[in-house]
Amino acid sequence: MKETTLSSHLPEIVIEPPRSWIHLRLGELWAFRELLYFFIWRDIKIRYKQTVLGASWAVLQPFLTMVVFSVIFGRLAQLPTDGIPYPVFSYTALLPWQLFSRALSDASASLVGSQQMITKVYFPRLFLPMASVVSGLVDFGIAFVVLLGLMLFYGIQPTLAVLALPFFLLLAMLTAMALGMWLSALNVRYRDIKYVAPFLIQFWLYATPIAYSSSLIPEEWRVLYGLNPMAGVVEGFRWALLGQQANFNAMLLVSIGMVMLLFVSGLVYFQRMELTFADVV
Amino acid sequence: MSEYAIRAESLSKRYIIGRRERYRMLRDVLRETAVNAWNTARMALFDRRRFAARNQDRMIWALDDVSFEVKAGDSVGIIGSNGAGKSTLLKILARVTVPTGGRVRLRGRVRSLLEVGTGFHPELTGRENVYLNGAILGMRKFEIDRKFDEIVAFSEIEQFLDTPVKFYSSGMRVRLAFAVAAHLEPEILLVDEVLAVGDVAFQSKCIGKMGDVVQEGRTVLFVSHNMGAVKALCQKGIYLERGKARYQGAVDQAIEAYLNTGEAQQAQQIEAAPDRSKPMQILHLAVVDQAEKLTQQIAHDQPFAVRLRVGVWDTVYRGILALSIHNNDMDTIILSQDFEKDESSLLARQPGVYEYKIQVPAPLLVPGHYRLSIRATRGGRKRDLVVDEVQHVCPFEIFDNGSAYARVGAKWGGIVTGLLKWECVPKVELERQLKFLEEDR
Repeated sequence: MKETTLSSHLPEIVIEPPRSWIHLRLGELWAFRELLYFFIWRDIKIRYKQTVLGASWAVLQPFLTMVVFSVIFGRLAQLPTDGIPYPVFSYTALLPWQLFSRALSDASASLVGSQQMITKVYFPRLFLPMASVVSGLVDFGIAFVVLLGLMLFYGIQPTLAVLALPFFLLLAMLTAMALGMWLSALNVRYRDIKYVAPFLIQFWLYATPIAYSSSLIPEEWRVLYGLNPMAGVVEGFRWALLGQQANFNAMLLVSIGMVMLLFVSGLVYFQRMELTFADVV
Repeated sequence: MSEYAIRAESLSKRYIIGRRERYRMLRDVLRETAVNAWNTARMALFDRRRFAARNQDRMIWALDDVSFEVKAGDSVGIIGSNGAGKSTLLKILARVTVPTGGRVRLRGRVRSLLEVGTGFHPELTGRENVYLNGAILGMRKFEIDRKFDEIVAFSEIEQFLDTPVKFYSSGMRVRLAFAVAAHLEPEILLVDEVLAVGDVAFQSKCIGKMGDVVQEGRTVLFVSHNMGAVKALCQKGIYLERGKARYQGAVDQAIEAYLNTGEAQQAQQIEAAPDRSKPMQILHLAVVDQAEKLTQQIAHDQPFAVRLRVGVWDTVYRGILALSIHNNDMDTIILSQDFEKDESSLLARQPGVYEYKIQVPAPLLVPGHYRLSIRATRGGRKRDLVVDEVQHVCPFEIFDNGSAYARVGAKWGGIVTGLLKWECVPKVELERQLKFLEEDR
């Protein structure tokens, strides 16, 4: 007995070699959106499995770094902080930095870590680095509570500028996503990336005004400094939360432009490489 | 019912050797680039002919201009020797990889049974993995919610549902994975028996599930070396050889085309050039008579032998050579493995060339047509891995050399014979026993 399968009403899928440089297929990303949710959920669930301290790591990492920075750069080196207590000054910067560095290192390993899935099932590969970036928000939220405590302790009141905070948060995530697309796709072909990524992140930490203020950079170089998008993010965070005067106008524009460039090029590269991931990984 | 479910239009897939499966280190790339540039320049200058040939050598067309159409509700067997492009075809249909040329149109959700258990995370519980795995395989959350109880019942692991999967036995893991896969309800199902992981019981469960799906009138594509299973489950067949579709149509004809026109399948003996990329390699295979001469005609009462030469190019652990004799339907009549008589063959096998003579006594095979398959495996971390394989080759015929069957014009039956001894009980004894029986009444 055969039950008639009515295939005429079924959507037709066409599989063919790509014809254009960019083929985003936004409709497909939307159709698979639940999978993105499941990937994020998985990443959050397994993040601190089998650790003794669990989610307190989310606070300990930026907090201990802040303590070290406060002693070395705040006490010993006496770096200027534009009048803000050093612990708050550096912790505010470490928040987006931790989000960014964790997101980037997870994202760059995400494809290679999911080899088995990639070689067997079809789904939008973009979701893997994306989930790594988004799932970092939970850590960020936990660490943010500590910042509120610090601000209360030092009696710092946020101004209306705090409303701009989500924008800078988004900028940090976009930066991580842009680099994440580049590195994860490169990592599929060249395993050097596994060694490059930690080094890159470490190097980047010192190229970003976390331990110091970007006001240390001479005025005429500051626009160029904006080529590091995280510089714009970090100064943005300080401005939005600590009511510091904005010392990043042109710099921020350069940062935004840089993120856009990295993001679009990363997306194009990722989509080109996506087609052969299963053959190469 | 003339609606198509799959339509492939001159589908091609090219792999470039060297880039095919290996990821590389940047250092290697730089070195290779330098070496290649030097070689290319040298060849271009001094050896134009090799230069022209080189670029072609480096490419493999795993699929070459393959067109076919599968109607909705058809079950199609895809057959062919190793490397014919069967698995590549399924990978393209599953959208894991992209064709180099041509296109495929699909109507309906495509799912494949090669993805069983994909994306399971050891740290998550069984319950969580059902959701994650379901989502990866393309199910919506509400679908998983709806089928959850059914999936759990099918998997028979209710009491461990909230235990992390890393504590599961491999059997439990497979059961859970299969339960999810079995509830996908695709319009088009792809089954690759060659790639199917797991034990025999699990593979047969896959095939059983496939039978159900065929019954439900869904479209099924089935890749297998088991001609019996293909015949039983499929109405149609596509025969691939070296990336080209040689035949498509009724399954019986496709199998016949494979056996009767396949290059390797026709050869009376197999001869392979040494290929040191394989740790163990089948160099030679032939059927020989008692005088060591190649033969294709063997009398039913004459013993014969299979001559096998194997090159071991690397020390192999837990290496196994398995010889199968198939009947005309390609069912395996006899499977014989080299550790049967000598278990020490499972220990380290030293590099070298080994020749075996596998004696087949007579009478054993009933008159008819037969073929051989040979497979070399080595021990892997989880299961034995196939390192070399030749299938359905060396056709030979057992003919009736004037047996009683031939003399009275009767038919041989059964799968094998031993020409068993029939001993008659003497008449006097029989009468005594019959008398006893009557007295009892």
